[in-house]
Order: sequence, then structure tokens, then C-alpha cells
Amino acid sequence: MRIIRTCRRLQIETVLAASAVDRDSLPARLADRTVCIGPSRPADSYLKVDTIVHAALATKSEAIHPGYGFLSERAALAKVCEAEGVIFIGPTAAQLEAVGDKLRARAQAEAADVPVVPGSAVASAPQAVAAARLIGVPLLVKAVGGGGGRGMKRVDRLEDLPAAMELAAAEAGAAFGDARVYLERFIASGRHVEVQVLGDGSGGVIHLGERDCSVQRRYQKLVEETPAPGLSAALRDALHAAAVRITARLSYRGAGTVEFLVDRERDDFYFLEMNARIQVEHPVTEAVTGVDLIAEQIAIADGAGLRLAQADIQSRGCAIECRVNAEDPANDFRPSPGLVREVSWPSQEGIRVDTHIAPGSRVPPFYDSLLGKIIAHAPDRAGAVARLRRAIASTRLEGVHTNLAFHETVLSDREFEAGGVDTEFVARLLERQAGRTEYASNG
Amino acid sequence: MSLTAADVAEIMRLVEQSGFDELTLEIDGIKLSLRRGAPAELSSGPGLHLPAVGLPETPGTAPAPAAAEPNVCNVASPLLGTFYRAPKPGEPPFVEVGAQVEEETVVAIIEVMKLMNSVRAGVRGTVTEILVADGALAEFGETLMRVRKAG
Repeated sequence: MRIIRTCRRLQIETVLAASAVDRDSLPARLADRTVCIGPSRPADSYLKVDTIVHAALATKSEAIHPGYGFLSERAALAKVCEAEGVIFIGPTAAQLEAVGDKLRARAQAEAADVPVVPGSAVASAPQAVAAARLIGVPLLVKAVGGGGGRGMKRVDRLEDLPAAMELAAAEAGAAFGDARVYLERFIASGRHVEVQVLGDGSGGVIHLGERDCSVQRRYQKLVEETPAPGLSAALRDALHAAAVRITARLSYRGAGTVEFLVDRERDDFYFLEMNARIQVEHPVTEAVTGVDLIAEQIAIADGAGLRLAQADIQSRGCAIECRVNAEDPANDFRPSPGLVREVSWPSQEGIRVDTHIAPGSRVPPFYDSLLGKIIAHAPDRAGAVARLRRAIASTRLEGVHTNLAFHETVLSDREFEAGGVDTEFVARLLERQAGRTEYASNG
Repeated sequence: MSLTAADVAEIMRLVEQSGFDELTLEIDGIKLSLRRGAPAELSSGPGLHLPAVGLPETPGTAPAPAAAEPNVCNVASPLLGTFYRAPKPGEPPFVEVGAQVEEETVVAIIEVMKLMNSVRAGVRGTVTEILVADGALAEFGETLMRVRKAG
């Protein structure tokens, strides 16, 4: 939907590949043409590389934009595109492979002189225990091919490590078809700060500032903002420079995001991973820089290279985004698919809404539960928070449960208001809420 | 796999106990829609999903009845790809209008990136219409042909 908008502005014809259940969705109505590629199950539609490329060839599409889900970071799609002469709007297949494998990405970071979290690849339980002694507990067992918290386990005692490793490997094998795991030191109080980059494919790289995505629940981002509040100028510059170094080392092509963990206690940072696609939270960067990242992706893929120099990137004000999901915070954030009977998105000054949901839209249970994103932009952070709260208050969604009320709780929280929360903030907030509910029901 | 009346009753019971008002279930060519406060409806999809009426023996390949005539069934494309009427260029087509077909008769090929997938009639009868041009793109669920059921 977001991509179709930019294409329309650039007068690029669009063909949307949709599953049967998405045939009549809002994006399908906005695209110049929609082709139905298969049934609702992603494995039979959105994950079928051959079908997608066939659809592109048959509709005489010059390029494929993979969006940010499903195949966006699969080297297989980029490879078939390269073989068939269809432009893949993204990095090369080799670059996707290099950053998709966390161990290889770590090695690239180290080679680019970018600090990584102390950790180690492990193949067996005895080897893991030996490595864990050096790294120290608490530590995390992570999937080499993973993401989104799957295949990730926290270990507080060394004796729990073999069992956690087995569990993580099984989960990783089921989710990613790759059971390899590695160990990483657990940072007690860390912030998730990422840097948006654009690369021309031959070593030219610019950054578009950072985003703070520390407001997460079980590694799922909920609120993102730019600039990251309360970072020292030195740390901010170091983050930007590190992101540019690793991107340049890869001769990376297209838009990407380099994720870092900022250690609140040590005021230091570590490379986490690189996301080789446009991200859900890209609008906050667009709001403060005025750059249409999708348009730049398309220009780079089209061979125009970088149309902007680093000096052209000026950041103005603050932007905050909240992800509106069809889920029920009262029921452990269980997904709440269904029919959206009524919807009214906000349209105040400084507010942008990216959504595919209109009255009568169905939220199918097959895909993730994101309904839309509300982005607020203002000259300062307090102003952006206030605008976002007003926008949330005027949003109406009937028919499915949403996390709108939870967003209001986050945005009105003192700790969030102060800025610079760590990734455990949401867990603490939920605990406090649960405590209050218990207190209220007892009293 | 087929869905028995007892299965449907069990599913209705589960929906009744759940927090949901509506359920749409699709398994192997059968589409079941349940809505709270409305009668259960076991039906074919809207011209797609290779749906089955009367629970055929080969679920997933039986065509849906065309909306206009109850005895005419749609043969839907099982996947997105290029529609070919003949096994090879220059060879006679698998079927013409008027041809008699059995459930297992191959009536067309859908090619996806050089991979050939046979399309079977899924019903016994007479081909009455061929709707997609040879070599054209057929979408998933698109009606390729219509067959008038025998008997």
C-alpha cells in the first residue's frame, strides 16, 4: 500500500500480487492491476518465489518490490530475479545471504571495526558450556538464521544451558529450517537503536539518522521514534559512523537498517544485525528528513545511484510511530482477527497514517496483526507525544480488539515521557498494570 | 479428507464456546462459513478455491457449479501460471468445446517458471466453454473452462 502510493506519485504502474483473501483489500483496489497468486496460506502464495516471478514476467513488470515481510530478505527471490532479468528492489542475493546469516553478519561487523556483543558460535552442549564460562551469565541463546525472538532463549544459570540450547535449536529448525545457534552476552539494560542507511551498491553510503525502538514486547516493536532521546552527541555520531562502515564494507545496495544494542549502564553500543529491507518503522525517518525512502529504493534499483549526499540529509523535529495491531492486551496480546466494521483514522496536523484497513476490511488469521501505523511529527518530542496521544484518542476501530489503549498507557507513562527507556520497559509496565489490577480487585 | 456432519457439529460447538462471531474454514476444497445467530452454510467458494459440492471423492479438484446453470461446473486454475491448451506447441489441444471428459481427464497445463502442472476436469461431462486464451496468464482460482455435468 505504502509502496503503491509512492509508485502512483512517480507514475509507475503497479501490479500487486495478492493471495485469495487479499484480493479485494485496499491495496488491491489502489494498484493498477492485482493478480491472485494463490490461496490464503502464505506457503501457497506469498512465499512462492517461482509464482511471484512468473506473475512479474507475465504482467511484463520490470521490477519487484518485496515489501517488508515474507520474501523481502530471501536471497532465493533475488537470485531468481537476477536470473530472469527482473529488477529486485533491494540488495543483491549475495548481500542478503551475507546479512541474513547472523554469524556472517557478525564477522562483517568485526571486520568493519564495529563492536559486537561478546558471544560465540556453538555446535555442541559441552562447547557451549565452555564458551558460556568466558561470556558470563546471563546470556542469550540465539538462532543463526533467526529473527523476531524465535529461537531465542535467556539463560541465567550455566546448568540450564544445555536444555535451553536444545529448545532454541528445535524452535529455530522449525521456524527457519536452520537449527544452528550461538551464544551472546545478555545486556541487563539495553536500548534498541537502529540506523537507516542507503547504499549505491559500490561502496557509496549515506545514513538518515537513527530510530529508537526500545518499546518492545517479546522482541516485537510497538513504538518507534527518532531521534533517539538522550543520547550523547558522541555516541550518536559513533552509531551513525559504525552503520555507514559496515554498509560500505558490504558495498550494500538499497535501503537497509543496522541495528544496535546501546548499553545504558556502560554508554556503549554493540552491533546486533542488519535488516536488508525497508522496515515497518521507516515513516519516522521520512517524517524528520522529508526523504521518501521507497522512492530512493526504486531510484537505486533503477541504476540512478544515490541522489542525495550526506549533507542533504537534515533532520527536523521529532517523530514517533505506534503500531496499531489487532490483538487483545487484556488476553496476553492474543491476535484478534475478524471483520473491521467501523474504522476512523485520525487526520490532524502533523499526523500520518499508513494502513490497509477500511470499513469492511477483514483481518485474516494467516498474516501478522498489524492494522496500521500512526506517525506523529512535531518540532520537539513532547509535542510529538502530545500529537500522537490526541491522534490515538480520535481513532475508532470496531470489530476487532486493538492495542490502542495500551499505546495510550505507554505514551502517558512517566518513564516513557522522560525518554530513553530500555527494552524491558514494556515488561515492567505490564507487571505494574497487573499489580494494580490485583490491588484493585483485592481492595 | 472429507468433513462429516458430525465434524461440522463439533466445529459449531467449538465456535459457540469461543469468543468469535464468525468462522471461515477451508480444508481441501471444502469451505465452511459459520456465523453466530445465522444458519451454518457449507458452500463452494465464489468461483475459486476448487470447491466441492456434495463432498467429491477427489477433494481439491472438483469444479464449482457456475452461477448461471446448476449443471455447469467451473474448472478453476489451481495456481497462477501460463495457461496452455496443448501438451506442446503445434500439437492438438487436450480438449475442444464439446469434448467428453472424465474426472481425471487432463484438460490443460499451467506452467509456472517452466514447471508444467496438469489441470484435470474434476467432473464427468461435456466441455461447454473455454474462457482463457492459449498462452495467457491464468490467476489462481480463475475459471478456465466450463463443463456440463453428465447424467
